[in-house]
Amino acid sequence: MHEMTIAMNVVDAVIKRAQENHALYVTSIELEIGELAGILNDSLLFCFDSVCKNTIAESCKLNIHSVPAIGKCHHCEITFTVESLFAFCPDCSQFQVLIVSGKELKIKSFNYE
Amino acid sequence: MCDTCGCNQPDGAVTITKIGEKNHDHSHGIGDKTHTHQSPASHHVHTVTMEEDILLKNNLTAERNRGYLEAKNILTLNLVSSPGSGKTSILERTLKDLKSEMEFYVIEGDQQTSRDAERIDTTGVPVVQVNTGTGCHLDSTMIRTAIGKLNPNDHSVLLIENVGNLVCPALFDLGETLKVVIISTTEGDDKPLKYPTMFSAADICIINKTDLLPYVEFDMGLCQKNALKVNHHLEFFQISATNGNGLEKWYDWIRSQVPVG
Ligand SMILES: Nc1nc2c(ncn2[C@@H]2O[C@H](COP(=O)(O)OP(=O)(O)O)[C@@H](O)[C@H]2O)c(=O)[nH]1
Ligand SMILES: [Mg+2]
Ligand SMILES: [Zn+2]
Repeated sequence: MHEMTIAMNVVDAVIKRAQENHALYVTSIELEIGELAGILNDSLLFCFDSVCKNTIAESCKLNIHSVPAIGKCHHCEITFTVESLFAFCPDCSQFQVLIVSGKELKIKSFNYE
Repeated sequence: MCDTCGCNQPDGAVTITKIGEKNHDHSHGIGDKTHTHQSPASHHVHTVTMEEDILLKNNLTAERNRGYLEAKNILTLNLVSSPGSGKTSILERTLKDLKSEMEFYVIEGDQQTSRDAERIDTTGVPVVQVNTGTGCHLDSTMIRTAIGKLNPNDHSVLLIENVGNLVCPALFDLGETLKVVIISTTEGDDKPLKYPTMFSAADICIINKTDLLPYVEFDMGLCQKNALKVNHHLEFFQISATNGNGLEKWYDWIRSQVPVG
């Protein structure tokens, strides 16, 4: 379950920055996760809560903003939204599609008191 | 509790051991997180903008490994598959057949045991075992420590057997030259449809256990077609680690990739 590692990475990085700012509590964290990043949000939320226990981020809110997946055809060079990694070009129907966004795994920001 | 040094390791902690050596070390978890809640005088909310990749730490160490390995002209392959597809068998066979031609090193990833590393050890090739405990993948820091123990020579080949899992290892760059995904003919030709993230991350796809093709329902053409839909750069090798079919082509490919010294 890599969601545990992801949660630990998020909490570690945020707490480090929060402590640099002399924070007492972290109250919320904003993440940007691509639709095709391979992360199960429910599983991440579950892991997050257990990782936050006994830290200054305990009971902090995790907001996951999903980033839509966009593909670009290798031949036609047009871009279009895609639903999966098995995307084909709506124009030429070929499967040679480059995923230009939708694989993001990013900490946007956090709030602290 | 770690039974080698007696330090207070939680269950499932990472250990990294060079086979044939007694000493060990391990990385400790994410640090001391205990604190006490003081009642804060004021409740001002502040926002810190980070815009930081969640896997930044892993990616930075992976690039550091990659720089080291590239500078030493070491071909590094990260082998990923479900449990039982034949990673260790392919390694054993490849080492036996090619070790007189080139220098090899192996890093074996496994959650608990060192069985695979012991199998590799019988070939005489230097091998480090990384036990990930409850962790379901290798990460770049484990590889960095393992490389330190192997101290590989220039112009060699480093083979990494990742933990048997087609989901998690896809996200963790180790600093390898190429990722090799292995599937076997007993797993079904729809495997690429079930694990698209891994197939899209891989560079090479080995289809193993071709000796069983007469006995299983596996459409080789369909499997490759499915895999190419997620990754049109994927290169295929059809082999049997048991009877040796197709291995010569795989070996020729390795020979072609080894930076000449
Ligand atoms: N029939 C057949 N069995 C194989 C082949 N390669 C590996 N195996 C068997 O598959 C099982 C798992 O292999 P192993 O190398 O341990 O897989 P790993 O978990 O991916 O390292 C073992 O019983 C091997 O003997 C092959 O090419 N053909
Ligand atoms: Mg194995
Ligand atoms: Zn097109």
